[in-house]
Amino acid sequence: MKKITTEDLNLYYGSFHALKGIGMAIEERRITAIIGPSGCGKSTLVRIFNRINDLIEEVRITGKVLIDGRNIYEPDYDLVSLRKSVGMVFQRPNPFPLSIYDNVAFGPRIHRMAGEGDLPGLVEESLKAVNLWGDLKDKLKRSALNIPLEQQQRLCIARLIAVRPDVLLMDEPCSALDPVATLKIEELMTELKKRYTIVIVTHNMQQAARISDETGFMLLGELIEFDRTEKIFTAPSDKRTEEYITGRYG
Amino acid sequence: MDRTLRRTKEFIVEGLIFLSGITSILFVVLIFVFLLKEGLSLFKEYPAGQFLFGTGWYPISEPPRFGIVPLVCGSLIVTVGAIMIAVPVSVAAALYISELAPVKIKDFLKAGIEMLAAIPSVVLGFIGMVTLVPFVRSFFHIPTGLTALSGSIMLAFMAMPTIITIAEDAINAVPKPYKEGALALGATRWQMMYKIVLVAASPGIIAAIMLGIGRVIGETMAVMMITGNSAVIPHSFLQPVRTMTATIASEMGETVYGSEHYFALFALGIVLFIITFIINFIADLFLHRKKI
Ligand SMILES: Nc1ncnc2c1ncn2[C@@H]1O[C@H](COP(=O)(O)OP(=O)(O)OP(=O)(O)O)[C@@H](O)[C@H]1O
Ligand SMILES: [Mg+2]
Repeated sequence: MKKITTEDLNLYYGSFHALKGIGMAIEERRITAIIGPSGCGKSTLVRIFNRINDLIEEVRITGKVLIDGRNIYEPDYDLVSLRKSVGMVFQRPNPFPLSIYDNVAFGPRIHRMAGEGDLPGLVEESLKAVNLWGDLKDKLKRSALNIPLEQQQRLCIARLIAVRPDVLLMDEPCSALDPVATLKIEELMTELKKRYTIVIVTHNMQQAARISDETGFMLLGELIEFDRTEKIFTAPSDKRTEEYITGRYG
Repeated sequence: MDRTLRRTKEFIVEGLIFLSGITSILFVVLIFVFLLKEGLSLFKEYPAGQFLFGTGWYPISEPPRFGIVPLVCGSLIVTVGAIMIAVPVSVAAALYISELAPVKIKDFLKAGIEMLAAIPSVVLGFIGMVTLVPFVRSFFHIPTGLTALSGSIMLAFMAMPTIITIAEDAINAVPKPYKEGALALGATRWQMMYKIVLVAASPGIIAAIMLGIGRVIGETMAVMMITGNSAVIPHSFLQPVRTMTATIASEMGETVYGSEHYFALFALGIVLFIITFIINFIADLFLHRKKI
């Protein structure tokens, strides 16, 4: 099943053409990695899928982005429900300056998904899904800003899971973490893909190779190649992909 | 030769800077010492308990009474009223300016707020006297519009620039990732502002409010002109009141140097100083906490 499909997708920041005719199809319940040199448009691309790019003035988008068969850029598409079903994890963990509990409960509360009585169960379930419950169950009332970075990033994932999304977008989720924490988050992602469609942007090619099922390579706003990860890393069909994965670009 | 000249020059400049720094501190200390000396002289003849807890301020009756309760209450009611009006308006304005307003409107509003801050308080008091006071009188059908409420409204205008400016800084300082995180979870702009931005900015906003209170409680001219100047303990916002500042300003001219009344006004000054100091101190605590 294809979860997200783009057709001739273009994005302009003012007059700067940042995404050029992207066409791709992302499989449901797989990890799809987006790789490419700095500035090639990876973040811009994933920020399309939850329309968080809309916040930037002077952004113009043409083409189609279909999620579950519907174009999310249709004028009457419900932005709130889109962002509820397509969650995003950011480069630096960004827990809210609230308690751990309130961080996880934030989404369910704004979407009125559970009464206050059902919230504790939902919070527990979400923290368990990211393997944080054991560490944090006695600290739920403490500030989320005072836990280690890796736990903060897990908390941010738990915060998304609490609103029951289908898709998780992750823009370099491990770049602020040390190698051990990175491995743990990767393990978590592999677990999560049983239930969620994951799109991850990464600079780290080993990471893409380790965890993803499919990989897209971008260069200067174009999607050069999109294929099974194995194929991209062992037998890329485009010369530029090969040059990049063998380390000949920055 | 050239070098020694430069050295001397540097020495002199440094000395001057040091001197001006020291002078400012020295002045504060001198003022404080003077205030204490004059104010505390009152208690040689007049009991401190009757000063602090006395309910009547009759400085020229025989014997005089210097109970500051009505004056403290006067300041308090006017300040509370002003803050109740100024805080919601200012916080909403700060949110609008930093989160919602298009650039042009934002610049326009900021210029307007700066102008409001630049109006001398006598002028504001005068405008209040000829517009607000008659309005309050006819609106509430009361004998005089010179009331605590009029004072509160006027003072709210004076506190707003302070509160808006500092609250806006606090809101602007809320890290963008918080906002993006909230929106990416499907929060509306309003939910984001009210559940995340206001919470994250709350220490700064509290500091802004405290500084606004400090501004209001120390204000003299405008309140003197429009609160009616009657030293009775107020029971409602629609009564004339008299504040501590207005008392000092209006009576200082009539007292005899070294008289009991003269000392009483200084003692009142100490009380005002302590209140303002505590408020500024709390504001400082919050401003400081924000940085951590
Ligand atoms: N708000 C913006 N306004 C104008 N240009 C932008 C904006 N955001 C990004 N760009 C430009 O668009 C291009 C793609 O940026 P993007 O952040 O998507 O790259 P990236 O592949 O994620 O890079 P990195 O690996 O450094 O995160 C860059 O050239 C960047 O300068
Ligand atoms: Mg990026």
